[in-house]
Amino acid sequence: MSSTDAAPSETEAAEAAADAEAEALLARARGVLGEALVGSHIAAGELWLRVDRESWADLAGWLRDGEGFTFFSFLSAIDWMASPFGRDMDSTVDNVLDPPEPKEAAPTETGVAGGDTRFQLLARVSDVATGRSVIAKADLPTEDLRAASWVPVYPGADWHEREAWEMFGIAFDGHPGLRHIYLPGEFEGHPLRKDYPLLARRVKPWPGIVDVELMPEVTDDSAGAPAAAEGGGQ
Amino acid sequence: MTVTERQQLSYIAAQAADARVNLEIETEGMTLNIGPQHPATHGTLRIVAKLDGEQVVSADPVMGYMHRGYEKLAEVRTYPQVTTLINRIDWLGSFANEVPFILAAERLMGIEAPPRAQWIRTILFELSRIANITLFLGDMAVQVGAITPVFFAFRDREHVLNQIEAATGGRFHPNFDRIGGLKDDLPAGWVAETRQAMRKIRGFCDEIEELVQGNEIFQARTRGIGVIPPDVGLSYGLSGANIRASGVDWDVRRDSPCGLVHDQVDWKVWTHPDGDSFARFWVRLQETREATRIVDQLLDDIPPGPIMAKVPVIIKVPAGEAYVETENPLGVMGYYVVSKGDLNPFRVKIRSASFSNVSITPWLLKGVYVPDIITILGSLYFILGDIDR
Amino acid sequence: MGLVESGKVPKPLSTLLNMSRKYSLWVYQWGLACCAIEMGAAFGSPRYDVMRLGVIPLPASPRQADLVVISGTVTDKMAPSVRRLYEQMPDPKYVISMGSCANCGGPYWDSYSVTKGVDQIVPVDVYVPGCPPRPEALLEGIVMLQERIQNEDMGERWRGEPIVID
Repeated sequence: MSSTDAAPSETEAAEAAADAEAEALLARARGVLGEALVGSHIAAGELWLRVDRESWADLAGWLRDGEGFTFFSFLSAIDWMASPFGRDMDSTVDNVLDPPEPKEAAPTETGVAGGDTRFQLLARVSDVATGRSVIAKADLPTEDLRAASWVPVYPGADWHEREAWEMFGIAFDGHPGLRHIYLPGEFEGHPLRKDYPLLARRVKPWPGIVDVELMPEVTDDSAGAPAAAEGGGQ
Repeated sequence: MTVTERQQLSYIAAQAADARVNLEIETEGMTLNIGPQHPATHGTLRIVAKLDGEQVVSADPVMGYMHRGYEKLAEVRTYPQVTTLINRIDWLGSFANEVPFILAAERLMGIEAPPRAQWIRTILFELSRIANITLFLGDMAVQVGAITPVFFAFRDREHVLNQIEAATGGRFHPNFDRIGGLKDDLPAGWVAETRQAMRKIRGFCDEIEELVQGNEIFQARTRGIGVIPPDVGLSYGLSGANIRASGVDWDVRRDSPCGLVHDQVDWKVWTHPDGDSFARFWVRLQETREATRIVDQLLDDIPPGPIMAKVPVIIKVPAGEAYVETENPLGVMGYYVVSKGDLNPFRVKIRSASFSNVSITPWLLKGVYVPDIITILGSLYFILGDIDR
Repeated sequence: MGLVESGKVPKPLSTLLNMSRKYSLWVYQWGLACCAIEMGAAFGSPRYDVMRLGVIPLPASPRQADLVVISGTVTDKMAPSVRRLYEQMPDPKYVISMGSCANCGGPYWDSYSVTKGVDQIVPVDVYVPGCPPRPEALLEGIVMLQERIQNEDMGERWRGEPIVID
């Protein structure tokens, strides 16, 4: 392959151009949103914009009508709280009888473009003509999980917002009907919140990490048996 | 009056009475429940359609019958374990599901797969596209009442599945992609056999073109049905062949390539201006042909070298966020991976193509006739695992 | 019918009846996930051709089916429909659970929305392991079921489970 030698520099040039374009877009965003734009980040030609909650709908309107980001990619949320459960129940077999107490939650750390609250909205839109895209974020206070709906701007946000409502408990003002989308109506809790436990993991260790099954030829009175029996029927 | 005349008069009177009754009867609305397990819904989608006579007043898809909680499960799996899971999102083109996730993890780790791995990845990526879309080409005919093409699809799909199995060991769920490369190299003789399989697939495409696409009934049932204007399609997040059939010339493989080597070969993005069910079928048929061309060209010069980059044994992905999307068989699929430097991802948002593609149905099914529900759903082409995740 | 239900069918006759039953299984396809495609390959493709085993994969409704193949992930939302399907089938009825998900939850063993095994809802006659099982594995499962039908006590099977109305 002759072109592989040349490829990295080409990619680098393309990435630099994309970054410059993202910078220009960020400058325009500052002009339009002003104070509402509270954070930004550029990496690999991708632009992150973090706005305050009140400007969430304005951001969508500007992105579509002002900048031509017509393609709606997705809308979701992130729960930045560190999991109080983690994976610690995986590795030790005796958790079967004695499940660990929930740990003291580690401090909440947010990701790129910053963040002040536990829950953060996350959305992405693209411009198919030029291949540019923007990832939007907005902080939501835990005591009042609501934001303006994007449905008037991007009709495709309808199902995504229903999903975010179901998975995180975030309400969207102006949404035509927040109903359960995946789970049965009587389901309780919001599964994608970090403090929602996976109950099956509380009663069973992860089956792949320790081999607790008796080998077929091992009889009960051989040496390895007691330890294996303790693990219980996987 | 003769008897015959009296009979005629009474007949006319009866007809008039019938007509009067017909005028007085107003057709009441009716709710038609399709699913949750219906052959036309490729699995377990349920559609609650309110009808006025034969026309749909409103259609409300109910999903979740296949919701398995991927995004939550990914948070408690290590990175190599996640690929086992995400194989099963779009179960017809499984390998293609792994690629964007692996690419996102690689971007966060700052490593790149060696060229040979990238080429083989691209080949398998296109093979899984073929494995996926061939079934659509047969299945679409079933939606309009022709059973035979689906048998052809199952027959010829096996050629591709054999090749995927020979290379990866799995017919359906290869779990072959690794962070930094691939699990194994190609087996001996694979290239020649794949070429043969591609020839057979091209034959299958010709067969479908004559048997289905040229068929008068098929055209009557699909032309002008379920028209999606490009701007509406984009605002609903339609992608892949569905949006290209509305005349939007956008293909992630060409426009924002990332980690795959589609830019090294000569191929064409097919679009169709009509935006109807027929256009979606047509575009997918052309894409299947194009995919065989891509595979053939890639097979010509697979670069030599290693198939794995230097990767630590225990994979810990540095903290950061990355979003990578690729043009999967069903449309644009992307993973937004948030890492905190642990063994397992902190959050994985899966942007699956079918979820957005199907979200247009309440808009699209308004006012269509009942039999057209089936053709429109068939032409949108979704996999339930890809909707529900 | 009374003779069969009483269980007093003479041996040669019951052998004959069982043999004719095992080679005329009408199977209802309850395809749910990945396994549905492999089931489709087993039932619908010329390469595997299930009809040579005397299995007819095209009943119009569960009421005309002898056997149902539950292939794929059963979620808690889907579970009531599966139960209802089983109740709609006439006795004697058989269930094949195809794939790891239907057997025990499979890769979604810790999921919050997946039923960990369809045998929590309906009795299962044959489990076909695999994720997904190859079409040949499903065919083997069907052959195993046929062996079972050949040797079973007709009276017990035809009486079915008692119908309980809550």
